[in-house]
Amino acid sequence: MPEKPDRNAIEVRNVSKIFGSGDARFAALDRVSVNIRENEFFTLLGPSGCGKTTLLRLIAGFDFPSEGEIFLYGDDIAPLPPFRRPVNTVFQSYALFPHMTVAQNIGFGLEMLGKPKAEVEARVTQMLKLVRMEQLAGRRTSQISGGQQQRVALARALAPQPKVLLLDEPLSALDYKLRKDMQIELKTLQHETGITFIFVTHDQEEALTMSDRIAVMSAGKILQVGSPRDIYDRPAERFVADFIGESNFLPAAIVSTAGNLATVRLASGAEIPASLPDGFAPKGDVSIVVRPEHAQLAKPEGAALAGTVETVVYLGTDTHFHLKLDSGEPFIVRRQNARGHTDRFVAGNRVGLLIPADSAQVLKD
Amino acid sequence: MSRPRTFDLRAQPGFAFIALFTFFMLYLPIAALVVYAFNAGDSMAIWEGVSLRWFQAAASNERVQEAALRSAIIAICAASIATTAATMAAIATTRTKPYRGLTFKYAFINQPLMVPEIVTAVALLIVFSRIKVWTGYSGLGYLVAAHAAFCIPFAYLPIRARLESMDLTLERAAADLYATPWKTFRYVTLPLLRPGIIAGFMLAFVISLDDVVITEFVKSGGQDTLPTYMLGQLRRETTPEVNAIATVFLLVSLILVTAFFFINRRKA
Repeated sequence: MPEKPDRNAIEVRNVSKIFGSGDARFAALDRVSVNIRENEFFTLLGPSGCGKTTLLRLIAGFDFPSEGEIFLYGDDIAPLPPFRRPVNTVFQSYALFPHMTVAQNIGFGLEMLGKPKAEVEARVTQMLKLVRMEQLAGRRTSQISGGQQQRVALARALAPQPKVLLLDEPLSALDYKLRKDMQIELKTLQHETGITFIFVTHDQEEALTMSDRIAVMSAGKILQVGSPRDIYDRPAERFVADFIGESNFLPAAIVSTAGNLATVRLASGAEIPASLPDGFAPKGDVSIVVRPEHAQLAKPEGAALAGTVETVVYLGTDTHFHLKLDSGEPFIVRRQNARGHTDRFVAGNRVGLLIPADSAQVLKD
Repeated sequence: MSRPRTFDLRAQPGFAFIALFTFFMLYLPIAALVVYAFNAGDSMAIWEGVSLRWFQAAASNERVQEAALRSAIIAICAASIATTAATMAAIATTRTKPYRGLTFKYAFINQPLMVPEIVTAVALLIVFSRIKVWTGYSGLGYLVAAHAAFCIPFAYLPIRARLESMDLTLERAAADLYATPWKTFRYVTLPLLRPGIIAGFMLAFVISLDDVVITEFVKSGGQDTLPTYMLGQLRRETTPEVNAIATVFLLVSLILVTAFFFINRRKA
């Protein structure tokens, strides 16, 4: 893996995008700031309407921010039209030119930049090879499959060697198997080309698979930025924990804090260690989150929490135990299945719950 | 077992009769006109056997030749001007954020469809006669200008329909790939718009070819187009020569309308 220098390709500073006015006024982006490093695979993740596509459009130049600045390697690009930005986009609908061949589509950007013919041709050949489409160079874009169109869209956007490549949910139109293949292919392509990718998706699994870092967005704000592992293991807010993976939320009270660690008291009276989000020093009542696979079932005696098994769901690779805790909260435990494993826990059993060190996380809200 | 009863217009009493009667009334006169074009006799009403003599007569008639040529020149010039203006108007009214007055602008562009033709004809007669006095020019320019004006809405409608159904992301993609607005238009919008432009041109061409009222008012002496020539002929002796000309006219229109249909059906 190449070294990733801490140079910022894109810096978004205090950017807001307001649509409408008066009562219909709506902030699609609300004072968003984020730095995207050179050479990284950066994902904007969130539900529809969270502002992720708006932010991408502002970086591409299809729309202009109401406030704030966007820097590309130190230059403020926010007021520039799209054709003056060394940034290219892979569109959700691919937007291939239907009146051109595959090769003409790929060469379009270079032609518009006024590159000499020989250079355009050489680069088109190189791109066709990169996305394994050499045989189809002369085809019309309506004569190739969805997965092939996807590759052409990628090659077309990469051909002018943009400083940043923007990808707007490019895999959403593909079927499951093809999507899985393309995820790996995209990741490989990003490594090979060394171009900074900014990827927009609402699919958390896709984000976890491909990204170096993820920004989770909701209602026009970026809630958390971090590596997939950070986001999954250390969600800072309830929304982030809920949106990515499955979560158990429990009420707790802070007993003491030291740096990024806290001791919290659960409803059962047991005290367990829990991690704190960066720079967050709460007092009193908080919520904590525990991932289903991090908790363990045990005997009720001496466990941190106790409850009753309500349902056991067998899912092939693992089993889900749906518990009702003595304090009334539901709680799900996931356990991986192993050969010859016989279940000691069945519906109606009293069980204990162990929450190992480093598996509970305090939430900001 | 009875099927669920749905309303089917074709099952209503009298449907067949009304439909046949309408078709009959629409096409019987045209059918008669075409049949008598092949009449061997001199009459438009008495059948005397099959012959192509009236087609030959029309084709070798110098006045018919001149009028046909004049009609073609006017139609090509007027349709070209109208299509260019309509393309610009269509882009200006679709590639913009909706604003107050846009609907009014649509109505304004389509005005020739609504204003009675006779009003336009009289107005043009008055204005053009003044210009003729001032400039001394009395060529075909007046007819071309008048035809171009009333052809604009016919060219505008298919072009606008095409622009509205076009995926805007394509133009955005071109801009993203370093195409300036002009290059985006030249290399993406225009090629994709071509079927709409061709359809608009053909429609404008047929409309111009067919016009009588405005032409009759605006033309100077010796500037008969095919339709005004035919009108003039009918006032004097009536021979099946007019039928023959009308039949050729019908054929040309049918070919153009069929082509229009196929071009318009080929969506992007």
